[in-house]
Amino acid sequence: MLEVSALAKRYPTGDEALRGVSLTVGNDEVVFVIGPSGAGKSTLIRCINRLVEPDAGSITLDGLEITTLPPADLRRARRQMGMIFQEFNLVERLTVMENVLSGRLGYVGLWQAWRRRFPPEDVAMAFATLRRVGLDGMENKRADALSGGQRQRVGIARALVQRPKILLVDEPTSSLDPKTSGAVMALITELADEERIPALINIHDVPLARRFARRIIGLSAGQVVFEGPPAALDRAALGVIYGGAGEELEGALA
Amino acid sequence: MSHVAVWRPPSPWPARWMGPGVWLALAAFVAWNVWNLEVDAARVARGLARAGTVFGRAVPPDFHRWELLLEGIVESLQMATLSTALGTVLGIPVAIMAARNVAPLPVYAAGRGIVSLGRTFHEIIVAIILVKAVGFGPLAGMLTLTVNSLGFFSKLLAEQIEQIDRGQVEAVRVTGAGRGAVLLYGVLPQVLPRIVGLTVYQWDIHLRQSTIIGIVGAGGIGTTLYNSFSRYDYDFTLAILLVIVAIVSLGEWVSAWARRRIQ
Amino acid sequence: MGAPPHPVTPDPIAAPRVWTRHTPAQTAGRVLLRVASAVAIVWAAQGMGVRWEWVADSPTQLADLFGRMLPPDWAFAGALVEPLFQTVNIATLGTAMAVVLACPVAFLAARNTTLNRVSYLAARLLIVVSRSVDSLVWALIFIIIVGPGSLAGALAVAVRSIGFVSKLFAEGIEEIDRGQVEAVTATGAGRLHVLFYGIVPQIRPVFAGVCVFRWDINIRESTVLGIVGAGGIGFVLNTAILGLEWARVGLILLVILGVVALSEVGSAAIRRRLT
Repeated sequence: MLEVSALAKRYPTGDEALRGVSLTVGNDEVVFVIGPSGAGKSTLIRCINRLVEPDAGSITLDGLEITTLPPADLRRARRQMGMIFQEFNLVERLTVMENVLSGRLGYVGLWQAWRRRFPPEDVAMAFATLRRVGLDGMENKRADALSGGQRQRVGIARALVQRPKILLVDEPTSSLDPKTSGAVMALITELADEERIPALINIHDVPLARRFARRIIGLSAGQVVFEGPPAALDRAALGVIYGGAGEELEGALA
Repeated sequence: MSHVAVWRPPSPWPARWMGPGVWLALAAFVAWNVWNLEVDAARVARGLARAGTVFGRAVPPDFHRWELLLEGIVESLQMATLSTALGTVLGIPVAIMAARNVAPLPVYAAGRGIVSLGRTFHEIIVAIILVKAVGFGPLAGMLTLTVNSLGFFSKLLAEQIEQIDRGQVEAVRVTGAGRGAVLLYGVLPQVLPRIVGLTVYQWDIHLRQSTIIGIVGAGGIGTTLYNSFSRYDYDFTLAILLVIVAIVSLGEWVSAWARRRIQ
Repeated sequence: MGAPPHPVTPDPIAAPRVWTRHTPAQTAGRVLLRVASAVAIVWAAQGMGVRWEWVADSPTQLADLFGRMLPPDWAFAGALVEPLFQTVNIATLGTAMAVVLACPVAFLAARNTTLNRVSYLAARLLIVVSRSVDSLVWALIFIIIVGPGSLAGALAVAVRSIGFVSKLFAEGIEEIDRGQVEAVTATGAGRLHVLFYGIVPQIRPVFAGVCVFRWDINIRESTVLGIVGAGGIGFVLNTAILGLEWARVGLILLVILGVVALSEVGSAAIRRRLT
C-alpha cells in the first residue's frame, strides 16, 4: 500500500508543482491521475521514487518511509517500484533483452552488469515477461529498431522484472497513436491485475482513463481537486480539474 | 513454441571473436612495450625522483627576465597575425581551385595537391626546410604558418564551397555574368561568413603553433623556451610555459567569441 | 488615372534615389575594422626582421634543396623500417595511455556527470594545460625525466592527447539522453551500474571515433618528436638534415607523406563505419 500525505514540491524556478497532495493506492488497486499539463502529475510520480526530491510531506510504501531514506536504502526501495515512462526511456543502443534485464541491475554486481552476466532465473523471467507483453523472439533486436508501441512494451517488461510492489506509470501512451494507446493501456491494467501489483497511472487522455479506471484522482495546480469513480467524472468535475474552459477541457469532454 | 531460456549477451563488435581478439592484441602490445621500453620499477623510481628534482627547480617560476619573455610573445603574435593575413589571401584562391564544383578538373587536381602537401607535413618539418631557405628568425616561422594555412584553411573553405547552394550560382550565371562575376556574386556571399570565421580560427591555431616552431629556429617564444631548456633554467621554463598556456587559452577564447559573433 | 508607367522605367519627376550597400554606421565599422587589420599587419610585418638579401636568395636555396633531395636515396629505405615502426608505436602507445587517463577526466569535465564544482574546474584546467602545451614541449620535459627515446615520446603524446580526448569525450557525455539514465536510476541501480549500463552504451560510438581520430593526429605528431630526441623517424630526419644528406631527407619526407596519408585514409574509413 502506497500512502502519500501533504506532499509539496517547489522547483528552483519558483514553480509550485505540488501543494500538499495526499492520496493512497491500496493493494491490488489501480489508480489513475488526470489533470491538465503542468498540474504536477509527473512531479508526483517522480517524487514517489525520488527522481525528484520532495520538499515536504511523507511517502510510505508498505509502511516504509521513503522521503528520509539515505542513498543506499533509497536504491533498495527503488527496486520495489517499477516505473514506466512517457518517452519509454529505453537505453536505445542496447538490445531488448539488455533493456529488460536492466530491471534486475539492483541485484547484480558491477562486473556481472558490465559483462551482462545475469542469473539464469532472471533471464528466464525476462523471457517469460517478453512473451507475456507480446515481444516473443525480439530479444536480440536493438531498442532503436522498434516501433513506439513495441518500445513501451519493453518498458513495461523492464518494470515487471523488478517484481515491484507498485508500478509508477507516467503518461504511458502520450507518445503513441490512439490504437496502440488502447492496447498498451489494456496491457498495463491487465498485468497489474494478473500480478496483483498496485499501480499509479498518470494519464492525459480522459476517455482512455474512463475506459480503464475504477478510481480516478483529479490534479489541478498541484492539488487534489477530485477523487471518485469514472461515473462521477461529469462535466462539472472536469470543469474543476481543467479550469472551466479551454482546449484541454474540450479534449477531456470529447 | 518455446524458447530455450538461454541468452548470450550481445557483443559490441561486428564479429564475436573481435572482442577478445582486440583485448588480447592490446594486452600483447602493452606487454611488448613494457619489455621493449625497459619500463621497470627501478626506472620508474629514478624517473619520479628526477621529476621531483626538475619540479623543485622549476617552482617558483622566474619572471625576472620578462623582457625576453615579452619579446618572444610579441614575435609569436606578429608571426601569427601576418601569416593569417597572408594565409587568407593565398588560401582563398587555393580553396577555389580545390573545390570540385567551381574548378575544372586539372585545376582541381593541382588545388588538392597543394592542400594535401600543406596538411601532411608537421609544421616543424616545414619550418626546418624554410629556415634553410630564408635563414633563422620569425620570417621562416611566418612562412611556415602560411604553408600550414594552405593545407588547413583552404581545405575547410573548399569543403564549404562544395556545399553551396547551386541554385544561387545558376541564377547569377543565367544573367550572363562571367566566371569572375559568378564567383563574386554567386559563391562569395554564401561562403563569406565562413571565410571570416576560418580566418579567426586560423589565427588561434597559428598562435598555438608559433609557440613551438622556434625550437628549430623559426622565431617566436619557442626559441626562448628551447634555450631555457638547454640551459637548465627550469624556473624560467615554467614561467614561459605558464605564459604560453595563458596566451593560447586567451587566443582560443577570443577566437571562439569572435566566431560566435559572426554567426 | 491612366495606365501606370512601365514598372522598370524610372519616374522622371521623382528625385533619383541613392542605393548604398551599407548604412553609415556599418560603413564606419567596416572602415574601422579594416584600418585596425591594416595596422596589425604592418606592425606584424615590422617584427619579421626581414633580411632582403636572404629572401632574394631563397628561391635559389629552395630549388637547390629540392634538387638535392631528388632522386631520393632509395638505398636508405632499409634503415627506415625500424624508426618508422617506432613512430607508429609511439603514436599508438601514447593514444592508448591518453584514452585510459582521459576516461575519468572526461566524466569529471562533463557538467552532468561531474561530482561537484571543484572536480569540474580541476578537470577543465587539466584539459586546458594539456591542450595548450605542444607535444614537442612535453617531449622536452619527458626527456629530462626518463631520458631520450620512445618512452619520452609516448608519454609526451599521451599527456598532450589527454586534453583533446577528454574534451571531446566530455562533449559526448554532455549530449546523452537524460531519460535513458533516469530510467536505469529508477530501477534502483547504483551509481556505477547506471554509468556502465545507462551512460556508456550511449557514448560508445563517440568514444571510438575520438580514439581513432586522435590516433591519426598522433601519427603525424610522432613523425617530428625525434627531432628533439624522443624517438621515431624524426630522429633519422634530424640526423640526415644535420649531415646535409638531402637525398636521404627526400626519402624520409616521402615516407612520412605516405604514412600520414595512409593513417588518415584508414582513420576516415573506420570513423565512417561507426555511428
